[in-house]
Amino acid sequence: MTTTTMDIAHDNDHHDDHGPQKGWRRWVYSNNHKDIGSMYLIFSLVMLILGGASAMAIRAELMYPGLQLLEPDLYNNIVTNHALVMVFGAVMPAAAGLANWMIPLMIGAPDMALPRMNNLSFWLLPAAAIMLVLSFIVPFFPGGGSQINTGWTLYPPLSLQVGMAMDFLIFTVHLLGVSSVLASINIIVTIFNMRAPSMTLWNMPIFVWTWLVTAFLLILILPVLAGGVTMLLFDRHLGTSFFDAAGGGDPVLFQHLFWFFGHPEVYVLLLPSIGVLSHIIPAFSYKPLFGRKSMIGAMILLASIGMVVWAHHQYTIGMSSAAVSYFMIGTILISIPVGLMKFNFIATMWRASMTFEAPMLFAISIVAMFVFGGLTGVMLAIVPADLQYQDTMFVVAHFHYVLMPGAVMALFAGVLYWLPKWTGNMYNEKLANWFFWTSLIGFNGTFFVQHFLGLAGMPRRIVDYPVQFTEFNFISSVAALIYGLSHILFLYLVIQTIRGKGTTKAKSRSWKGAKGLEWEVASPAPFHTWDSAPTVDAEGEIKQK
Amino acid sequence: MKKLATLLGLLLSFSSHAEYGLNFPDPVTDIGQEIYDVHMFTMWIATVALIIVFAIMLFALIKFRKSKGYKADQNFHKTWFGNWAWVLVPVMVLGVDFWIAGRAQSTLDKFWDAPKQNCAHENADAKHCFDMNIKVIGHQWWWEYEFPEHGVDFNGKFYPIKVESRPLEEEDASEGNYLRDVDNVLVIPVDTVIRYLNTSVDVLHAWWLPEFGFKRDAIPGYILETWATVRKEGIFRGQCAELCGTWHAKMPIVVKAVSKDEFKQWIESEKAKLLAELKDANSNKDWSKDELMVKGKKVYDTMCAGCHNVNGQGLGVAFPALKGSPIALGSANQHIDIVLNGKKTMPGWKHLSDVDLSAVITYERNAWGNNASVVKPADIKSAR
Ligand code: HEC
Ligand SMILES: [Cu+2]
Repeated sequence: MTTTTMDIAHDNDHHDDHGPQKGWRRWVYSNNHKDIGSMYLIFSLVMLILGGASAMAIRAELMYPGLQLLEPDLYNNIVTNHALVMVFGAVMPAAAGLANWMIPLMIGAPDMALPRMNNLSFWLLPAAAIMLVLSFIVPFFPGGGSQINTGWTLYPPLSLQVGMAMDFLIFTVHLLGVSSVLASINIIVTIFNMRAPSMTLWNMPIFVWTWLVTAFLLILILPVLAGGVTMLLFDRHLGTSFFDAAGGGDPVLFQHLFWFFGHPEVYVLLLPSIGVLSHIIPAFSYKPLFGRKSMIGAMILLASIGMVVWAHHQYTIGMSSAAVSYFMIGTILISIPVGLMKFNFIATMWRASMTFEAPMLFAISIVAMFVFGGLTGVMLAIVPADLQYQDTMFVVAHFHYVLMPGAVMALFAGVLYWLPKWTGNMYNEKLANWFFWTSLIGFNGTFFVQHFLGLAGMPRRIVDYPVQFTEFNFISSVAALIYGLSHILFLYLVIQTIRGKGTTKAKSRSWKGAKGLEWEVASPAPFHTWDSAPTVDAEGEIKQK
Repeated sequence: MKKLATLLGLLLSFSSHAEYGLNFPDPVTDIGQEIYDVHMFTMWIATVALIIVFAIMLFALIKFRKSKGYKADQNFHKTWFGNWAWVLVPVMVLGVDFWIAGRAQSTLDKFWDAPKQNCAHENADAKHCFDMNIKVIGHQWWWEYEFPEHGVDFNGKFYPIKVESRPLEEEDASEGNYLRDVDNVLVIPVDTVIRYLNTSVDVLHAWWLPEFGFKRDAIPGYILETWATVRKEGIFRGQCAELCGTWHAKMPIVVKAVSKDEFKQWIESEKAKLLAELKDANSNKDWSKDELMVKGKKVYDTMCAGCHNVNGQGLGVAFPALKGSPIALGSANQHIDIVLNGKKTMPGWKHLSDVDLSAVITYERNAWGNNASVVKPADIKSAR
């Protein structure tokens, strides 16, 4: 097909105001932000199940001391895969799915600015996922080399020892990076150019703001990771010695490159979720978000400080005392923007008129658990004490306490909050409550006890442990099973809501206290929305005549 | 929480080994004590902060709910508090931050830089010097220790005392110490300032003894310094804390702290052993096949069995079987070459003596039903 005919076909698409294409074309050729958003969300759900299954395998192996289910290399392979699948497969695509769905709706734009690139960003993901799965399974084929036993940090020289699976993984990282950078460019361009003309940056919804900051972060950090893994690839196959001490290279250099990406990456995971909470908490408090502007300031500050404190992951590599002091103080200062955000959430609930639908239940528990995770974060920032905490289960407990509530649960809350808008149906509140309570109990049961394990001396990433760690590991594994199974409720709930059986119809403003342009369009949101830009007032609401 | 955990533990009938810890083990070094104190200091601040936040949230959740008929205050964010909270909150947080950071920094100043001079040196700073060094070398998957100041002179060359510390299998480990026991423990004197020099020959490892209060990486191409003075005699156990591949979980560290006198005795006996070995290895004795096989089995079981298995059948896809392997049955030169120089994951073994190498190679060529030529120490010498 020549370019001309393609252009004509494309033109036709745009000029009549028809619905989606029929059959598989609707999805493969899609350049509609809602369809692409849905695909992102479904993709992330599939990955969540995969990552969850690997988490179950890890906890099953650790239930008792001794080697029961997994060979050590398989265990390490699964540990690596769990992290990569969850970070790149589940959380980031889910946040991108929300961005696709909600940003145009929230800023009064008909679609994303670059719809075809949007399609490409999404469809790179399944390709990356296939590469990732291949990196997991090639070692099981004859001649497939050894398994990836490095953890997601891929530290050399260990990663130089791994067989061809590592090359698959490096390629996966490249694909994921391209996908995320393209999506980020799209989001930035959309936000800067497609807002309803009367919507200033100041009265732009907070969720959109968080994604704007996130997109900039991604563009700044992903190329560094891509560079790092490319150097790894060169060391593996082209005889360079970037990270090989024997050839004059420096194994620690990779750690700096990795964490220059890796630390801001946690804010990439957290920020969109903070955006989600900034909509849910006011909606169910029936009053405006407290400290709107300070929220925006805090997220910019968070991203800025977050870019320059990476080496707190590496206190044990023997940095100079000036360097560790700098990284310690910088890291402690992160508590300022984060504290301000959490304070604003709590102040929004202050003198509010709260109701407790499932998104709000999640939001409240997220704030509480995140504060806890943040405080263990301050402990970890303290260099002397971290010499003890580093690489123990205490760290595992800490980052699950920030990422699980802060990123994953907040995304669940967001899905529940906007599901009526997407499907036109209210989800089953009772089921959602069950999901909330089982996952809350399961989560805390799994990870709270891991703090004790870490303090008492259990390192992370070990397939087998001395017997004195048995009790807490057993508790953690049982709770993990509850936590894992609770997600079946979520899956059921989502499918039930999409099918609309046994649910009630949603109004266009599905929640009484919800504010924002997305609630002005019908539920379910029609295939095309905001063909003409709305006029908004200073609060970001449609201007009343 | 401890009560709850105990209860659960009992319910699940785990009474047999109820020795789980909830916090750092009691430190036995000066630095460990400092670190423990900073840890408790921040933990208390964090706990108090957490209680305050939870109390405020709980109050709000009880009071400000629609079901109680509470009307939302739509202008709360426009009060003076709403206007100035963005200044008040960061200032408060900053205050706490500096309180914590100041305390941490003063601890850091006390120990971060390891002493550079031996106390025996005439103009050494008595407050900041070390009495001895121990080199800690990480291997996949065992630890090697070297005493650079303690050793023997032999043929005009200095040979330091070395301790090779390999994990014991479950059946050999002492009661309750599976994964926490090694064949040769590191023996150190108490009340002595010891500087540890960490490095690695293959991948990253981290040398960690919780009772010492710190861990430090072992990085190939680097020598990282730490120092500690142990104040209590006893056996202290830790393990490798940086993912180092297949048997990362099986890299225990065992340190036995003894009195200075006992340490002296131990060093002397090690010296005698080392001297005997050196003499043995350098005599031009003609080793018979049987002698080589006996010695070879010992070397093989400690050095090679971790990857190639005691029965020579390898492990999984990554570690090849030697039983029936074309290399073990083929030309001796090729076999010597791979053992000396290594290949990919297979480490090189140049540092072993000619006798040990010829013994282990002979063993590999003639054990488990293999039947090939005998390799003599002289063959190794010429292949080096
Ligand atoms: C860290 C694990 C490890 C240890 C310890 C180890 N090997 Fe190996 N060995 C390997 C690996 C992996 C290979 C395969 C190398 C390749 O071909 O890529 C190998 C290959 C070999 C081979 C060639 C076998 C063949 O058929 O290709 C010989 C011979 C050998 N090792 C001898 C030894 C001896 C002798 C020792 C002890 C002194 C030893 N190995 C210790 C991992 C190890
Ligand atoms: Cu190790």
